Amino acid sequence: MVGVGMTVQRSSRRDVTGVELINEAVRAALSDAAMTRKDIDAVVIGNMDHFEGINYVDTWSVDGSGALGKPVMKMTTGGTTGTTVAMGAYYHVASGMFDRVLAIGWEKNSESDTTGAIITAFDPFWDRPTFGGAVAGLALEATQYMAETGASEEDAAYVAVRDRKNALNNPYAHLRMELTIQAIMETPYLAWPVKLGDMCPRTDGACALVFASEDVADDFPNPPAWVRGLADRHLWAYTSDPYVNQKVKGGTWFPAMEMATRELYDRVGITDPLEQFDVAELYLPYSFAGLRYMESLGFCERGGGPELVRSGATDMGGKCPVNPSGGVLSSNAIGATGLLRVAEAALQMQGRAGDRQVQGASLALATGFGGCYWSDEIVLGSEMPDVGRG
Amino acid sequence: MTEDWRDSQEILVMDGRIKVPYAWSAGEVGTTYLESLRDAERFLGTRCPVCGIVYHLPRMHCPDCFEACPEWVELESTGTLVTWTIARRPHPALSPLAPPFGFGVIRLDGADTGFLHLLYGFGVGSLRSGMRVEAVFARERTGSILDVSHFRPSREVV
Ligand SMILES: [Zn+2]
Repeated sequence: MVGVGMTVQRSSRRDVTGVELINEAVRAALSDAAMTRKDIDAVVIGNMDHFEGINYVDTWSVDGSGALGKPVMKMTTGGTTGTTVAMGAYYHVASGMFDRVLAIGWEKNSESDTTGAIITAFDPFWDRPTFGGAVAGLALEATQYMAETGASEEDAAYVAVRDRKNALNNPYAHLRMELTIQAIMETPYLAWPVKLGDMCPRTDGACALVFASEDVADDFPNPPAWVRGLADRHLWAYTSDPYVNQKVKGGTWFPAMEMATRELYDRVGITDPLEQFDVAELYLPYSFAGLRYMESLGFCERGGGPELVRSGATDMGGKCPVNPSGGVLSSNAIGATGLLRVAEAALQMQGRAGDRQVQGASLALATGFGGCYWSDEIVLGSEMPDVGRG
Repeated sequence: MTEDWRDSQEILVMDGRIKVPYAWSAGEVGTTYLESLRDAERFLGTRCPVCGIVYHLPRMHCPDCFEACPEWVELESTGTLVTWTIARRPHPALSPLAPPFGFGVIRLDGADTGFLHLLYGFGVGSLRSGMRVEAVFARERTGSILDVSHFRPSREVV
């Protein structure tokens, strides 16, 4: 990755249309890489279906994306859209067919009813009539997690406090606030045990990244951030599947994340993620994810999430700071969110993350989360990987 | 700083709504299942001939073995609450039930997998993962998953 562009993340960007918002991020990325539109070989773009009520986003957005007269492909996989766009751009370049590919993720949550739009992702016969939307869906996970591990609501609140405090260092973040566990605990319940303070916001924003092949990677003003490896798993169709079916076969905890993690760590050579990663930008859509997903990502044993985060190991200055940017709990323009995790990890690898920089960071983990517990995972490094791997 | 025209611009916002009619087919498996709910108040699952898992909701094909599941299995109207949450505010699009009502994942007796449905008629604070629940069927049934009105704590004698 040789160029990074992002818009400020705000609850509403009425000053621009969706196309203009995309343009803002794209021009920032091109400027960052000292490129013009003409230098781009192909474009990959993604957002959430139904969020802005626009089909054919790939063609509609051409004025903003810079794809006029170029190969363009839309990718949309729900919450993982942004990381899928990054993977798609990487595949474009890694295939050898393109040298400079633009990856774009964007969303204007302010323009629609987020839960109304999300419900259209679920089966009209079996899920929609009894589905409570994204918050209630996550609450089912939190209830199960607390019942099986004894984790508390206060443990989860620690994660919300951490990420929003980190956001104070990120001028692009939406929610930037110093809170206390008590303050989170006093916010109203949306769906027990999930409170307002545990949830991500709805955000308008866009992000663009320039991927380049190793043949041209030195042609840009900034040092590249390298893709060291990636893996993704999408499984289960119905809302209820992750909670029961995981027990039926193999008895794992969060199968998609654990399967992707095994493949990725094996490929990159990760045996002790807490020691080996210098920083992680994780798609944590609500606070409880900051406990449970650490376990599925191998940072600690099952049930060890609360102890891990309360030890300070994931704070700024800890062994492996998580979400120096403030993460999803501070900004969630959904189609941009996964790509922002990759962009933030890239800035860390380039040593260009400003006040949120983890000093000396050379290996980073970025993840995307979505749908019925899907998982995209990418490892970035400051050094070029061995040829033939990744 | 020079004055920027954008600072004093009032932004026009156009309200819109897309309302598109659909006619979704339930397919043979879905139709058999929903007719059984509607006409006999009976839950049905399908068994995978390879791995033996009994799927409820029924699947025409096992998503893992990728083989057809032609065998129907009759299931009980009782089951175990796997996980749950509570809705505290009314919303006609979510449910006709008055809050507080719950969303729960329920594994019916005789099935290996769970499904999502509504919880009602429970004491606040009484829901627990692992508790026994039973289906309450709707009086008017139309061939929908809402032919089951909701699940409530089981009144069976243990
Ligand atoms: Zn099977």
